[in-house]
Amino acid sequence: MAAEKMSLSKAINASLRTALESDPKVLIMGEDVGKLGGVFRVTDGLQKDFGEDRVIDTPLAESGIVGTAIGLALRGYRPVVEIQFDGFVFPAYDQIVTQLAKMHARSLGKVKLPVVVRIPYGGGIGAVEHHSESPEALFAHVAGLKVISPANASDAYWMLQQAIGSDDPVIYFEPKRRYHDKSEVDTAAIPGPLHAARVVRPGADLTLAAYGPMVKVALDAAAAAAEEGKSIEVVDLRSMSPIDFDTIQRSVERTGRLVVVHEAPVFLGTGSEIAARITERCFYHLEAPVLRVGGFHSPYPPSRLEDEYLPGLDRVLDAVDRALAY
Amino acid sequence: MTVESTAARKPRRSGAKRSTTARDAKKQPEAQTELVQLLTPEGERVEHPEYAIDPTPEELRGLYRDMVLTRRFDAEATTLQRQGELGLWASLLGQEAAQIGSGRALHDDDYVFPTYREHGVAWCRGVDPTNLLGMFRGVNHGGWDPNSNNFHLYTIVIGSQTLHATGYAMGIAKDGADAAVLAYFGDGASSQGDVAESFTFSAVYNAPVVFFCQNNQWAISEPTEKQTRVPLYQRAQGYGFPGVRVDGNDVLACLAVTKAALERARTGQGPMLIEAFTYRMGAHTTSDDPTRYRSPEERELWETKDPILRLRTLLTREGLADDAFFAELERESDALAKRVRDAVRAMPDPDDMALFEHTYADGHALVDEERAQFAEYQASFVTAEEGI
Repeated sequence: MAAEKMSLSKAINASLRTALESDPKVLIMGEDVGKLGGVFRVTDGLQKDFGEDRVIDTPLAESGIVGTAIGLALRGYRPVVEIQFDGFVFPAYDQIVTQLAKMHARSLGKVKLPVVVRIPYGGGIGAVEHHSESPEALFAHVAGLKVISPANASDAYWMLQQAIGSDDPVIYFEPKRRYHDKSEVDTAAIPGPLHAARVVRPGADLTLAAYGPMVKVALDAAAAAAEEGKSIEVVDLRSMSPIDFDTIQRSVERTGRLVVVHEAPVFLGTGSEIAARITERCFYHLEAPVLRVGGFHSPYPPSRLEDEYLPGLDRVLDAVDRALAY
Repeated sequence: MTVESTAARKPRRSGAKRSTTARDAKKQPEAQTELVQLLTPEGERVEHPEYAIDPTPEELRGLYRDMVLTRRFDAEATTLQRQGELGLWASLLGQEAAQIGSGRALHDDDYVFPTYREHGVAWCRGVDPTNLLGMFRGVNHGGWDPNSNNFHLYTIVIGSQTLHATGYAMGIAKDGADAAVLAYFGDGASSQGDVAESFTFSAVYNAPVVFFCQNNQWAISEPTEKQTRVPLYQRAQGYGFPGVRVDGNDVLACLAVTKAALERARTGQGPMLIEAFTYRMGAHTTSDDPTRYRSPEERELWETKDPILRLRTLLTREGLADDAFFAELERESDALAKRVRDAVRAMPDPDDMALFEHTYADGHALVDEERAQFAEYQASFVTAEEGI
């Protein structure tokens, strides 16, 4: 019996365990990932079972973590590194952008860098500054990186397996406010394609596209709208690089309307790219402009204000109403 | 006449401990630091208690040959840049001893992480010198397979590669392999956080990596005193591993010290820092103008310490190489220069569709889409021409 209900964080833990068991070249690296099991306990028990050589507590230096992971990958290892929080990835941003992303191209394909960078991201947990950011667009903009984010435990398990198996560097954004949400995980299943978006709720009047922590908000909004007789389709993007425009396009061709929702600032964000591309692809199907709901062009606010900053049910429903009013 | 050139004429019985010049003393507070030297600027062999080396005449001729051919290659590349064949060139002129000495200390299984000026080290690793020119001509970002010669691609972002070297060395340690890593960087890079982090990581994990800092005195226009207030090799102490300063214009000292450091690393004794005290005789790159920030006297001073000249003096005085050897080497240099020149001129521009190759190993939908659109766009011109 492979299927069981588990939390998103336990699913990641189980996925890391599976990877460590099945490939001796897989390594876990990061600050506090060993005895503590990570500040979110995502790596709980792994060092105990696989030893300090496989689950490596590192110095507190993000550039060093990613830079040495690149070196280990060059030696044939498959490091999975943890950046403790979203806002702490920037010291490593140089290594990720100038080195990790480019080395396969620079070497004309001779060098492969199967490095996974796990980043707990997003707000909604009442944290202090630099602990709640959504920098996914900054990474998706960089050629050479793949950027994904699971929204449920099953995807958390399988997408991480696929990321570790990929010969490309993958930025794996973990929706930290969903760590404790439970859902069914079938560890014996055959997973779908890593970068395919998925229709998680069918509907006829409008498409809501979301990913990571906002999928739940989108589903809640669709359920609330249904009480008012509106039929909302919800698409979980799952991948921000590449983006599965085909699935979004098919949905919009059915519904004629699209609202994109993410926590990150709207300006030049993932939603901007989707709005532009879907307008290009679906111009004659669209009954309304593509609308975006997300964070503001401000630093992530102090936690007492984050409910205003983050798109909640009301802001999403307001956008749905505006789109339907055209 | 400078203090240095006066001092340089005194024969030394022992060069084990040698202060740097009075001029350097004014420039840098570390002037009285030790400098490992085995061959004086006058071509005299001297002993060092820790770093003994006894190369055969053939080995000495080999080191000389390496330095001469590397300098000739470098000069040819500079000329090619002036003739418009290369977009840029970073000359190693003056650093031949640091690179050949350290490069010849390597075992086949060792791995090198260079910055972008290590043409002499590439030569030692057997990388075809013409391959080094692709990135400077603009046809690729590095034209060799790093794993063919255990010589990583050039890294232009300063100091980044020291972390890759450290990670690679951590992998060697995990594998239990009998190998070490040699990581190159410059005095300017020593200011970078990545270099500091690589020191931390390598020390904490006892990684078999040797850091080889070529202190060529200038980071573009910034002198070493803008990078540090202590001698660079002394940085190692704070991280818990040894550091040593070597005469970077002395190929024998660079060879001996790097050999010892690599052996130390291979035998599980952890990292080591070597500061090769040398000088960049030319510009930082062909885009640079050193006359704006340094005096001609400075270069003239360092010319008296020329790494090639001093070995030639030794070979000649000791009768270890005859005129025929030097004449043959001259012919070999000319042939190398011609081969490089011809190869560069024959280097084809990459195919247009190379834009879409190798961005990802496993493919990417956006790249596929853009490739198809671009191919269609390109094809539209062909169709239009055919239509005429």
